[in-house]
Order: sequence, then C-alpha cells, then structure tokens
Amino acid sequence: MNKDVLICGVGGQGTVLASKLLAAAAMEEGNKVHSAETIGMAQRGGSVTSHVRIGDRAYSPLIPSGGADMIMAFEPSEAVRNLSYLKQDGVVIVNSVPVKPTTESLNDTGYDGTEMIAYLKSRCKKCVVVDAEELCSSLGSSRYFNVAILGVAVGCEGLGLPEDTVLAEIKKRVPQKFVETNEKAFLIGVQTGRKYID
Amino acid sequence: MKQEYIMGNGAIALGALAAGVNVVAGYPGTPSSEIIETITKYPHEDIHVEWSVNEKAAMEVAASASYSGARTLVTMKQVGLNVAADPIMSLAYVGVKGGMVVVSADDPGPISSQTEQDTRKFAEFCRIPVFDPSSPEEAYEMIQDAFDYSEKYHTPVLFRPTTRVCHAYASIQVPEKMQPKKYDGFVKDSKKWVIFPRLSFANHAMIEKRNPEMGEDFSTYRFNILQGGDAGKKAVFASGVSYAYAMEYLKDHPEVRLVKIGTPHPFPESFALKALEGVEEVMCIEELSPYVEEALLKLIGKHKLNVNVYGKLTGHVAASGENNSNSVAAVLAGFLGLDGMKAGMDKTGAPALPVRPPVLCAGCPHRASFYAVKAAMKGRKSYFCGDIGCYTLGNAMPLDMVDTCLCMGAGVTMAQGFHWVDGEGTCFAFIGDSTFFASGITGVVNAVYNDADMILCVLDNSTTAMTGHQPHPGTGINLMGSFVDKVSIQKVLEGVGVKKIVTVDPLDLPKAVAAVKECADMKGVKAIIFKSPCVAITKPQGRAVISDKCIQCKKCIREIGCPALIINDGKVAIDKSLCTGCGLCSHICPVSAISCGDGKDKVSGGAANE
Repeated sequence: MNKDVLICGVGGQGTVLASKLLAAAAMEEGNKVHSAETIGMAQRGGSVTSHVRIGDRAYSPLIPSGGADMIMAFEPSEAVRNLSYLKQDGVVIVNSVPVKPTTESLNDTGYDGTEMIAYLKSRCKKCVVVDAEELCSSLGSSRYFNVAILGVAVGCEGLGLPEDTVLAEIKKRVPQKFVETNEKAFLIGVQTGRKYID
Repeated sequence: MKQEYIMGNGAIALGALAAGVNVVAGYPGTPSSEIIETITKYPHEDIHVEWSVNEKAAMEVAASASYSGARTLVTMKQVGLNVAADPIMSLAYVGVKGGMVVVSADDPGPISSQTEQDTRKFAEFCRIPVFDPSSPEEAYEMIQDAFDYSEKYHTPVLFRPTTRVCHAYASIQVPEKMQPKKYDGFVKDSKKWVIFPRLSFANHAMIEKRNPEMGEDFSTYRFNILQGGDAGKKAVFASGVSYAYAMEYLKDHPEVRLVKIGTPHPFPESFALKALEGVEEVMCIEELSPYVEEALLKLIGKHKLNVNVYGKLTGHVAASGENNSNSVAAVLAGFLGLDGMKAGMDKTGAPALPVRPPVLCAGCPHRASFYAVKAAMKGRKSYFCGDIGCYTLGNAMPLDMVDTCLCMGAGVTMAQGFHWVDGEGTCFAFIGDSTFFASGITGVVNAVYNDADMILCVLDNSTTAMTGHQPHPGTGINLMGSFVDKVSIQKVLEGVGVKKIVTVDPLDLPKAVAAVKECADMKGVKAIIFKSPCVAITKPQGRAVISDKCIQCKKCIREIGCPALIINDGKVAIDKSLCTGCGLCSHICPVSAISCGDGKDKVSGGAANE
C-alpha cells in the first residue's frame, strides 16, 4: 500500500496524536511508515502539519505537492492553506468549526470558515465536512475530535486500514483513563465516515 | 533487536547508545533538543548525561572525558556551534582519544533559528571531518561510524543533520541491550594535551597531511553512494535531505546518475572523480552553502576536467531557504529534460487565509512582564533589547516590546551600547532564566564594571520553555535525576555587584509597574526578576469572566493581545479552553468588568487530547 496523508490544524488541536495513531496502525498492518511533525516556535498558536507517508516509495520526509491522497483538516482555513499538497482526485476531510487567530480579535475580518468550506467543496472531488462540536457532543468535549476525525477517515474507506487495527492502537497508546472515550470518539467518526463511502 | 518508531533525533541518540557512548552533554536548541531527551529515556545509570550551561561548557566537559578514552556525544543547534567555536577549533589541533561526535543541527529555512549557516563549512574551517545524514535510518547507522572514524583518526568529528532529518519519524531496529564502552582513563602527557604554539604548528601540519588520506578513506565509505547509469552524460550530486528529495523524483528515472555525498569534509575526491567519469554536466542539489558545488569546482580545476557544474552559484538552485521535493523536481526536470512532478491542486481564487503568527500563550507571565514595563515607561524614551527564547515573541503587536534581538545573551550588553550613545533613554534588557545562565551573566559583569545605566529584566519562568521545557541550573533538577541546589539568580546578581535587585510577580500588575518606575528613576545597573512559572507546565485552572458591565471598548484586546480574548458575535469574550485566569486583563479593563474565577466550571473545549 502507498498512501500519503496530510494532517493539518492549529497548534494545540491534537494533530500529533492522530498522526501517531495512524502511523502505528499502518505499521501494524505491515507497512513501512515515515512521518514528520511541526515542532518548535510554530507550535504556539500557529499552523501545524503532520505528514504521514505509508509505503516503501516515500523518500522525502514531507509529502510533495500534489502527492497527498488525503488531507485531514482540523480547521477550515488550514485545509485551504495546505490544499496544494492534495492529489487532483484526493479526499479532504475537514472540520467546519474555525479557530480564529489572535490577530482576528485585533482587526476583525469576519473570518468564520464558511467561505473556506464553500471553496473546498467547489475544488475537491470528494470533500467530507464534519462539525467537530456536533460530532463530539455526546463525548462532553471536542478535544476528542482528533480521534473522531481519524474514525471518519477510516469509515469512509479513504485509508485502506481496518477499524480494529486502529482501535487496538488507541487501546495501546492512549492513557488508560481516556481509552473508553477515545474508542467512542473513533466509532462515532467511523459511523459518520461510512455515509461517505463512494 | 527491537523496532522503534522514532524521530531522527531519537535515532541519533540510539545510534550513540549503540556505539557505547559514555558521556553526553549539550544545550537545548531546535532542531537538536530531542537527542539528549531520548538518551535520558533509556537506562543510563552508567552514562553521564547533562544539559550543560551552554554549548562551550558541553564541548569542554566532553573533551576531557574523551581524552580519558570515553566515547562522548555533544549536541547543539548550528548557532550553538558558534558558542562552542573556541574549544572545538583548539580541540581539532589537540585531538581526542575516545570517539567524540559533535552533533550540530542545521536549520535551512531558517525555521527556528537566527542564521542559515552551514556546519559542513564549519568543519572545513576547523579542518575536521563531518558526516551528513539524509534520513533518520541513515543517521542511526552513520553516527556509529562517526565514533569509529573519530577514534581511528583521533579527532573530534562533526555530525550535521538538518531540521527535516531531525524531526522526521522512521522505524529503526535497535539492539535489546546497549552497553557503554569500557575505557582506560586519562594518561597524563603534557606534550599531547596542553596546547602551545609548537604543538599547534606540528599538529596543523599533521592535520593537513591526514585530511587528504581521510578523504581517500571516505572514498569507499558506505554512505557515499553512486547509483544509476550515465543518462546523457549528466550527473546529479546531492547532500543531506536534498538527496531524499532527489530520490523522490528520480525513483521513476533509475537510469539517471545520482551521487550522494555523505562525508562532505574531507571531500572524498577519488569517489567523486569516479562518479564524474564520462560526465559533462553536473547539477548540485544542496541546502545552505554551495559546499559540494565548490568542492567539485575545485576538483575539476585540479584535474583539468571538462565538466560544467550547476547549482547555487549558477542560480539553478535557490541561494537561501529550504529545498523540497517539488523545487528539486523542477530543477532536475529542467536539467535532465524530463517531465516535471505532477502538479497539486490549483489554489486560484482561494479566499484570503487568516495569518497565524506564533504568539505568547494565553496566561504567559512574559506578556504581563512586558506590559508592566510598557505601562511604566509610557511617554519616556526607552530601548527594549530582547533575547532568544519564547519572549522574543514580545515583539508581536500589540505588545511591540522587542526593539532588538541578536543572539543568546546579546540583549544584556546591547542595552549598554544604547546607553553609551544615548544617555537620555532608559535601556532595558529582557532575558529568560535559561539564557541568563547560558550567556547573560558576563554581560551583567560588563555593565557593573563599566558603570553603565541599564535595567536588566530577568523573565524567570523556571524552565527552558521554547525548546520543550528542559531543566537548567536555576531549577534544582538535573538529567541524572538528582535534586541539586538551585543556583539563585538573585544571589548571582548580588555577587557580581548589582546593587538594586527587585523580585516581583508580573501578574501582580500594579506592583510590577511600580518596581519598573522605581528602577527607571535610579542610576547604575538595576535588576528586576519577574518571577512566575511557565503556564505550559503548571496549566493553571482559573479563568476570567466578563460581566455585563463590559462596554465593548476592546481595550483588553488592543493592549495585551492575549489569545484567550476573542470576539464572539461582535462581543468581547473569553475562550474558556485557553484562559488560565492569570488576571492581567482584569487590571486593564477601565470599568472593572473582568473578574477571575477559580475555573471550576472550566470547559476544556479546544485543549488537545494528547
């Protein structure tokens, strides 16, 4: 299997856990995996990306432009920011809830994510829009969105990874007291994702 | 053997452990910090590992251990090598006994550094070997070789990964058990270990004789790689991660001759000459300096070869910044007359994207310290000299409190320079606690000795925050797991003769402002220690509440730019997931509409599920 997945969002949204779980599950399935994370100054409220490269034809640590089979975006404008990474027929899964930057409070541009979503829909062959707050409403907090969106990606069969393998990695890698909620989050995601199977 | 999925920096650490390293020392700096952190995660009772006070100290600790036959690893980022330049230049002449590998991580871009300097050039300047890994997997193997070469030639060896290698994750097979090397101990021999002009003269001659021999040795080294055929008498030379970018494109063109230089210095001349056989044109793909390009030009001149060399010097490859798969593919497609890489999604007509510059965290005490100085000095001419750390972000609007930032510790001494050219202005230096210990103290001594007027503001959050919360001499913890005496910043300042020292909690704004005003009205060297812990460690649970007294003047937002202060449906609101309840905004509100609760009703809306 050769799959390149770009995970993007804003520092603090938990993109790293999603990327770690994805990489671990893909390795468990016998694939070679490489990944790369944003580290350092950019983490503080800035745009962050994780590049997950599955398969043995990946040489560069970063996915080339036009190489990503999927973009998992935790924030609407971050999906657009990274759109040039996507293959012409690639899939976008995007959270519609915006994170407004601090600069937005200083000079109000009215950014609310809606035009980003409209643009993504007009551009991408397959664009799955999920509302993180709605998706996670039964979990008590949208902090579990990172695992839920992974569920959406698995559910819509965009990753070619079995559900059980990812669930097993969640059990192995998430602190014990959060395992149950994360499993729930993942399964809610899978349910949602299934609606988008081609 | 067991499999580890690990960051490039982790791979470097594991490689050093597999090589039997005995002593590890370094100073944190992105992209190198995780090397030492990985060492501490493995059993290391028989290995000494430390965060040194700075890179020079780390280099010197390792030097004598290496004289004693121990294998030593020193880690730093590229600008740290400048701090350690003095010991490494001399050490190159004296040499070592136990293998000594100095990792200096370069940062093309730069992504989180002051400079785009090239450690390969530094190695050439020092006259010592340098290894240049192109992936985490290779780094794991290569650093073990680096220890062997260091011992074989009795020389310190540089090892320079770049950010993309340091921060890339890959799977590595590591031994179950890794044993530190056995060593004999120091054998006294002043003719060998004491650097005098005569020794330097003799050893310089030895080094210049040795380096070409080492270049020959490197000509058969396993990570100097020649692959592909002779497509149209053209060859591509690449170095470091640029080799991976070239492979990303050339994997579909295996006929192209691709040459990887894994040991840039001493240059493997015989290897390169073999790679140039039948070649008429060469494209050099590398980052930072045109190192390989210049080495080839030299070689071609020396051997009077008829080969055209392209790269940075000819404008084919960008002179500055990072390469990537696409930029390299474009260069190679043009050079080889092949099709370019598939284009990505076209972004024409995309809506304007919000800008997300890095900002100080919500509740960060540095914001309060900067604001206190700003408020106290309103209307008075002042100079604000910044330094290296999270608090460089004090430059961002609306705080705008960093006029200069140069290098570690420079703010302390630059504040003095401003004083000598402008006696009217009040000169401030802002420095973090870790930076103070690393290179701030000598600047304070300079100020006291030369009778400068300045205010030193130590932003003491009891950690090295920017690079990932490493301990330092003021924290009372070291990497061997010991609790040690905290080195007191206050006592250091008293000891070097600073007469006015005030310690304040920056979150107590009125007191902090009063302290600044008091110091600003005095002559001589004054110090204010703004003491409050890093919120990324303490994660305070309080939170601010805005009452309906709010008149929507937005002064809180305009004055401090805290990410937890947001506009929601046109009204000022608190982002409950970010606010720590530091209370700084409550001091700023002109109608006292903001109060601080205990946060019992805190909702962790956006906080990460890590």
